[in-house]
Amino acid sequence: MIRFLMPTLAVFAVGGAIAATANPARTALLDGYAAQAKAQSATFAGFSAERGRALYLGPHTGGKPETNACAACHTPNPTAQGRHQRTGRAIEPMAVSATPKRFTDPAEVEKRFDRDCPNVLGRACTAQEKGDFITYLAGQ
Amino acid sequence: MPRRLAAASVLLLLSGVTSSANEFERVRPVTNDATRKECGECHMAFQPGLLPAGSWTRIMDGLDDHFGEKASLPPGPATEIRAYLTGNAAGRGDPALLRITEQRWWLREHRFRPEVWLRKDVLSKANCEACHRDAARGLYDDD
Ligand code: HEC
Ligand code: HEC
Repeated sequence: MIRFLMPTLAVFAVGGAIAATANPARTALLDGYAAQAKAQSATFAGFSAERGRALYLGPHTGGKPETNACAACHTPNPTAQGRHQRTGRAIEPMAVSATPKRFTDPAEVEKRFDRDCPNVLGRACTAQEKGDFITYLAGQ
Repeated sequence: MPRRLAAASVLLLLSGVTSSANEFERVRPVTNDATRKECGECHMAFQPGLLPAGSWTRIMDGLDDHFGEKASLPPGPATEIRAYLTGNAAGRGDPALLRITEQRWWLREHRFRPEVWLRKDVLSKANCEACHRDAARGLYDDD
């Protein structure tokens, strides 16, 4: 019974965080990642903004030295405008409060994870990392 | 012949084009949505008129390792973008060179002290917008 309840509570906690920035497309995207995370790991117990923050800030090893964190291009402050490390191009803030359309187009989101996770981590991101990342930035 | 030259100069003067007139100082802005979106993520979407068709073809052939970045696209948008870029490409330039910033005409226009390229607001030669405010609209004669 307790094992059954735990994930339910976790889902509620995530649901609460999303409600603050309610956007059906983002909710659906997170639900999809939650389902994948459950399939990938039996111990998955919901997304964590705190883990998302750690992922965002790094530093990580394994990726390219000049992009050892998401923050390398997006700056440590997710409400600030970022900048591509190589081209100098401005990047709109990652925080949903600053850029409301963030994490609402699944194809776009997958494309970015697909490109940026190898640059930063040297590998693909797991579904849990993707959900943590979005959960963190949806609350910023 | 001198007559025609003179007439041409008058036309140039009338249209306000400077003596350094160059077909690249005003190029058609990007009008294709897929190109604007997919090729405008990491840098501004460069106008097709800045490179010859051969360069665009090679860039589109190599998106998996695009100057060290993965920029690959699904087949649909890739085909559309390829057709748009090659169909509106520059009439001149060296198709063996992938970069705009390696083309002879570009190097001739940008003979700056090396420190310029290290300026934090510039960062890269490809950051046209750092110096050309209206680069995204294809206007490079703004100095
Ligand atoms: C994932 C990021 C990314 C995407 C998406 C991307 N590029 Fe690039 N592009 C780069 C980087 C990085 C460079 C190298 C910048 C440098 O060396 O200063 C570059 C350079 C270029 C250059 C050469 C610029 C010069 O120096 O003259 C061209 C042309 C170019 N890209 C075209 C494209 C086209 C066309 C697309 C769309 C199909 C595209 N790019 C999509 C990252 C990207
Ligand atoms: C560091 C600043 C800087 C960057 C970055 C830069 N340019 Fe320039 N560019 C200039 C300046 C300054 C001139 C004027 C040179 C002159 O008048 O002799 C110029 C001239 C030009 C011209 C000729 C304009 C004319 O009136 O004939 C073109 C075309 C051009 N740039 C295109 C580009 C493109 C395309 C890029 C990006 C791939 C780029 N530039 C990046 C500074 C820059």
